[in-house]
Amino acid sequence: MTDSSDPAIRLTGLRKSFGAVDAVAGIDLDIADGEFFSMLGPSGSGKTTVLRMIAGFELPTAGTVHLGGRDVTRLAPFERDVNTVFQDYALFPHMSVLENVEYGLKVRGVKRAERRRRAEEALAGVRLEGFGARRPAAMSGGQRQRVALARALVNRPKVLLLDEPLGALDLKLREQMQVELKAIQREVGITFVFVTHDQDEALTMSDRVAVFETGRIAQVGTPEEVYERPASSFVAGFVGTSNVFTGAAAAALVGRQGTFSVRPEKILISDDSGPEGTVAEVVYAGPVTRYVVDLDAGSRVVVVAQNRHSGAPLVARGHRVRLSWHDEHIVEIPSATKETAHA
Amino acid sequence: MTSLGSYLHRHPRLRLAGLLSAPLLWLVVAYLGALAVLLVSAFWTVNGFTGEVVREFSLANFRTILTEEVYRNVSLRSLGVAVSVTVICAVIAIPMAFYMAKVSKYKNALVIAILTPLWASYLVKAYAWRILLANGGPMDSIFGGPGYGIGATILVLSYLWLPYMILPIYAGLERLPDSLLEASADLGARAGRTFRSVVLPVLIPSVLAGSIFTFSLSLGDYITVQIVGGKTQLIGNVVYANIGAANNLPFAAAIACVPVLIMVIYLVAVRRSGALEEL
Repeated sequence: MTDSSDPAIRLTGLRKSFGAVDAVAGIDLDIADGEFFSMLGPSGSGKTTVLRMIAGFELPTAGTVHLGGRDVTRLAPFERDVNTVFQDYALFPHMSVLENVEYGLKVRGVKRAERRRRAEEALAGVRLEGFGARRPAAMSGGQRQRVALARALVNRPKVLLLDEPLGALDLKLREQMQVELKAIQREVGITFVFVTHDQDEALTMSDRVAVFETGRIAQVGTPEEVYERPASSFVAGFVGTSNVFTGAAAAALVGRQGTFSVRPEKILISDDSGPEGTVAEVVYAGPVTRYVVDLDAGSRVVVVAQNRHSGAPLVARGHRVRLSWHDEHIVEIPSATKETAHA
Repeated sequence: MTSLGSYLHRHPRLRLAGLLSAPLLWLVVAYLGALAVLLVSAFWTVNGFTGEVVREFSLANFRTILTEEVYRNVSLRSLGVAVSVTVICAVIAIPMAFYMAKVSKYKNALVIAILTPLWASYLVKAYAWRILLANGGPMDSIFGGPGYGIGATILVLSYLWLPYMILPIYAGLERLPDSLLEASADLGARAGRTFRSVVLPVLIPSVLAGSIFTFSLSLGDYITVQIVGGKTQLIGNVVYANIGAANNLPFAAAIACVPVLIMVIYLVAVRRSGALEEL
């Protein structure tokens, strides 16, 4: 029944309506075996609903979900070969850590000795040896997160679904878990589907990223594709910071009609050539300084400059500056999209 | 006013005293005081000839309760009724509360529906059941029973105290995150398994909290049993009879200590489970 050429997940015409609201408004997507795939979007863009339909917690209003070539659209969660890491971890409070991790194996009738061995192995895999006897309540957020991961991975699912699993952690821990998650994924070789609203997270961890906008996918691609060649001004604005030129400003700055995007770090502040403007804001941020420049051509742009020197930023508020960039860093955005500038 | 306010702000102990003195007075005088009088008078006796209370320490009342079979039977019967009512309430309340908290879209309406019977008088409800259970009445003609008696008492008490069991279980389920149920299904458990392995264990403190109400209310009841219990006697009836007809207050106090003792034992057992935090 399963063909090795089948994608791990195939979504076809997937829709989900809650009353009059289309949370998911038609999604077609293939996720390959072994891929680290991120669904990125603002809250309410439908990414979590898609994840829940893959897991089986929500039934689609229309469309199908195939896992490894098998139609699972109408199957219950316990009939699907996927496991989920929940946003709130959803650890069972009345069970010890080891019992939590064992639960999936126990339910499936794995013998006691074997499930104990596998659960301990899984705990070791997330660096939690010796924590088995504890209750989840006696653990920190980062530890609970890893228990949830072990509890899902111990079942060796075809696909692991992660619903904003790092959202509740503080920044340092989050960055550490990002690296760890990626390492674990490489090691176990399972397909990871990772839902997040954090673009840094999506860019640093993923093989491919789908950017969600109001129930649809605005763009799918590698992090580099999505960042360097955004398909719409929404993507340009949501993934990283972007300067979008439209209308008269575009004609003056680029020399053509259309919608164009250029990333702040691609712009240089120079003295001699390029469009002229006034510095409206200078924000020092440690490794970089952000400048907001009001161009005479009628557009406000953000420029990010590395702080290679030490001391105060070179350019102060109110200074007149010229900006320059290479033509290949100007990305034309297909005109069918909405023309809203995001900063 | 501001000067008094700032004075109190600088003297937290005085503030605490002001806050607590009234409830403490109430607790000590009305509550503990009454209990103390009960306990003391249980060791007094009544002069059989004059009917006057003899205020001398005596274990005669307790000796009677322990040695005479009728009182032992009444105590055991009361305990049995309280346990049955509690079990019946729990069995009915768990699925009902689960439906209210996790399935229905009309949670608030259902909570109100559960609470409304509590607005009606206890007596009215008990007499309504008397009519339902009467010879030739609706229950009799449809089910052919059970008629007045201990079964009817358990039935009516279960009806009366059911809301007190549903509400704590409902509150407990409200606090049970949906994601726990989803996680269980996600890990391969069917609904029955999820209920046994995840919902029930999390619910035990709530059920125990509810059982404190149903158990103690049933243990002390003497009105329902008079209305629908036929010839059945419970501890409450014995207490009532000794206060009224027999005019033996000390003996009434002594037998009233039986449910108090049972409740203390039960509460100590329940406390160990952490259920009191659910109240």
